[in-house]
Amino acid sequence: MKTVKTTYDRRSFLKASLLSGGGMLLSIGSLSGFKSDDIFNSDDPQKGWNELNGFVKITADNVIKIMSPNPEGGQGVKTSMPMIVAEELDVDFSKIIIEQADLNTKHFTRQFIGGSQAIHQGWQPLRMAGATARHMLREAAAKTWNVPFEEVSTGSGVLYHKKSGKSATYGEMATAAVQMPVPKEVKLKDIKDFRIIGKSQHNVDLKKIVSGQPLFGIDTRKEGMMIAMIIHPPAFGLKFKSIANGSAVSKMKGVADIFPVKIYNEGYERTFFDTATFNEVVAVVGKTTWEVIQAKKALKIEWEPFESYTQPRNMLGRKQMENVPGGLEDSTQHTAVLAERLSQPATVRRKDGDVEAAFKGAAKVIERVYNAPFLAHNCMEPMNFFAHVTNEKAELSGPLQKPEFTEQALSARLGMPLEKIDIQMTRLGGGFGRRSYAHWLIEAALISQKVKAPVKLIYTREDDMTSGIYRSTYTARYRAALDANNQLIGFHVKAGGAPESPLYPNRFPAGAVDNYLAEDFTVDSNITVGSYRAPRSNFMAAAEQSFLDEVAETAGKDPIAFRLELLKRAKEKPVGKNNDYEPERFANVLNLVREKADWDNLKTSKKLGFSAYFCHDSYAAHVLDLEMKDDSVLINKVWCAIDCGIVINPDAAKNMAEGGIVDAVGAAMYGKMTFTKGVPDADNFHNFRMIRHNEAPKQIEVHFVENDIDPSGMGEPAYPPVYGALANALYKATGKRFYNQPFNDYII
Amino acid sequence: MAKFNLKINQKNLSVDVDPSTPVLWVLRDHIGLTGTKFGCGMAQCGACTIHLDGNAVRSCVLPVSAIGKQAITTIEGLSANGTHPVQKAWIEHDVPQCGYCQAGQIMSASSLLKSNPKPTDEEIDAAMSGNICRCGTYLRIREAIKTAASK
Repeated sequence: MKTVKTTYDRRSFLKASLLSGGGMLLSIGSLSGFKSDDIFNSDDPQKGWNELNGFVKITADNVIKIMSPNPEGGQGVKTSMPMIVAEELDVDFSKIIIEQADLNTKHFTRQFIGGSQAIHQGWQPLRMAGATARHMLREAAAKTWNVPFEEVSTGSGVLYHKKSGKSATYGEMATAAVQMPVPKEVKLKDIKDFRIIGKSQHNVDLKKIVSGQPLFGIDTRKEGMMIAMIIHPPAFGLKFKSIANGSAVSKMKGVADIFPVKIYNEGYERTFFDTATFNEVVAVVGKTTWEVIQAKKALKIEWEPFESYTQPRNMLGRKQMENVPGGLEDSTQHTAVLAERLSQPATVRRKDGDVEAAFKGAAKVIERVYNAPFLAHNCMEPMNFFAHVTNEKAELSGPLQKPEFTEQALSARLGMPLEKIDIQMTRLGGGFGRRSYAHWLIEAALISQKVKAPVKLIYTREDDMTSGIYRSTYTARYRAALDANNQLIGFHVKAGGAPESPLYPNRFPAGAVDNYLAEDFTVDSNITVGSYRAPRSNFMAAAEQSFLDEVAETAGKDPIAFRLELLKRAKEKPVGKNNDYEPERFANVLNLVREKADWDNLKTSKKLGFSAYFCHDSYAAHVLDLEMKDDSVLINKVWCAIDCGIVINPDAAKNMAEGGIVDAVGAAMYGKMTFTKGVPDADNFHNFRMIRHNEAPKQIEVHFVENDIDPSGMGEPAYPPVYGALANALYKATGKRFYNQPFNDYII
Repeated sequence: MAKFNLKINQKNLSVDVDPSTPVLWVLRDHIGLTGTKFGCGMAQCGACTIHLDGNAVRSCVLPVSAIGKQAITTIEGLSANGTHPVQKAWIEHDVPQCGYCQAGQIMSASSLLKSNPKPTDEEIDAAMSGNICRCGTYLRIREAIKTAASK
């Protein structure tokens, strides 16, 4: 067993502090907000919960409840996080109640989803929560039975004293257990003793989902609730001027009110997630959705161009000025400017050796440019939120990824202390990064405040797709220098984007090449961007993994063997510092997928593409097999190998990998958002092409590297390498290299 | 506004709404059945799929005035307690991720199996391609449909 220190009280948990780079650092903190009268202070209809800590509640008649702290957006944390608690608590997973916790910064930290970090960061705190509760139950039994603590064992929610033959359910000891001191340290289970972790469990909401029960924010119905929608400017570069026919439209049936809403106040220092593309929108409030939609269509609003401006932004502790240029932008202009900037000086992010000397002395030089357009997230559940704001309090409920940050922004906007704001998290109908930017929560709250009623704000699909916060548009130029022996002696990447740079300077092949240079640049744009499944990696992997395929081909090497050669170098004699990845773990996934796909035998007979990438602390490698059929792409099979450490819920993790692969094939093949004079060229699914059933790979095989390493990300790592595997397989099938996304635009 | 007598999930219900109101919003706002989902409002994503006399239709573009005497079935009425073979297959294969599109997927799949009890892969693709899943659960959906077809 492993002993860990638990310097926390009942109510206190590991505090996570944000790093400036967006990563998370765990440190043990102690909050002392616990008061004994809080124990039964629960809104739960079932009274008598003994709260052993924020995660574990047990009634005297042995109902055991585990709180799931983080929002559930389809990544499975509402199942997998409680599995970890249940493992250490030693209960039967099928017999417990699992409940989504509200935002509660006293009980929980890092109560958000993003960066595939929920399990990675939650691993120790969740185990401790279960182990601490179990420890206190054992203490209570030992005291009650007057036997030594060490002699009290547990099994599936029952406490035993074998010598005397005494036993009791957790429920019977729960009331006594909450009176026990919180242990200074607890023993965690040996990995080999896991009974729940590593055994597939069904999604805890499965039955509710398949029977259509209300789980999503958009399903919210409350007494006296009104429906609200917004109208935002039709083009990036425009702002609200006036409502032309408000009084006429407000007389339409079912319409209650029409008014402009300003999301963030002037002078408010926006933080990382406070992106609101259009800071002033027009709210339409009415009785029913259809009536509000009709009013929305009838409204005539005047918009006007805005001048360029700068605004202060606090990017996770790093203060910077954000430039927002005026003007109506075109995608052709973005492409031209990005191309032009590739030939201009950029910011050096990493430099090893002497790259220019390496290129001068090279036997062969390869240079390629890769491009990708903006992408809309297109969560299937359109943005929405419920709000009921009075002078006394603000009640919010709905789907969002970063409630703690949004609560702070709302507190500032309403001038209301955090204690008076209650945010409940509903299941998210997809997140993919989009729901980290919850300007719609603030809109809902302001609308409710104005109409003095509970309000559900719903975006139409068009509102959702045209309101920005996209995946950025990117470009990257790669150069590789090979010597006469086809050794990679120089590598240079220059990457940029509008408005965000995609570069990860310390990723592979950094560390494996003597002469390495990574630089980047950004181009200002008034088109807003935000995290999009595997941010930046989704482009860098595509570009880099396509490029490496071409470099391997030029060197006359097998693409997997070529990468393994580089990883060997990075392991044995790493170049430079701060290499993100562990070469050995990286090589393992390459070898695993090579074996499972029978790469060495099939690569000549089939059109196979290979790609691998490290991100979110996990490693993934894919082999993709496709063929062309009447100019359309038929993906027969994808083999996927992943190292994400200990796999909590294997079948759910497999589902994530399968979904990530399908999703990435769709974005790589068809995904694009372009602009004409600031207006998005796509606004619904008839003109934004999403992958459909018939276009998905016919078969996907997922293999996990088995190890005892603490779990790392699983929601994103399978996604980025798909683009490269697809591009490289397309090359085999068509003889053409695919440098620009979406690939389908360049097939014929 | 006009009064419409509707048969929804075996129950007779009457609503007083504008005749142009899509069945989707009648269900969600007026009846309180929120299992049928709003996705696009233009019959492009399938999230709003219901059965009209057993056939899959997109309720977001179907005005309530077009229903007449046809019986509406929503995900809530597909079976008692989620025991339709398609729902059971969905559970067996643990299909959903976020789950938002799944009611529509299940309604399309159950309609397919009613008219074609043993569909081929191509027939499944053809019947299901109007239903988008951003999470990418298409392979599990196909397997679940095959499982349901085998029972």
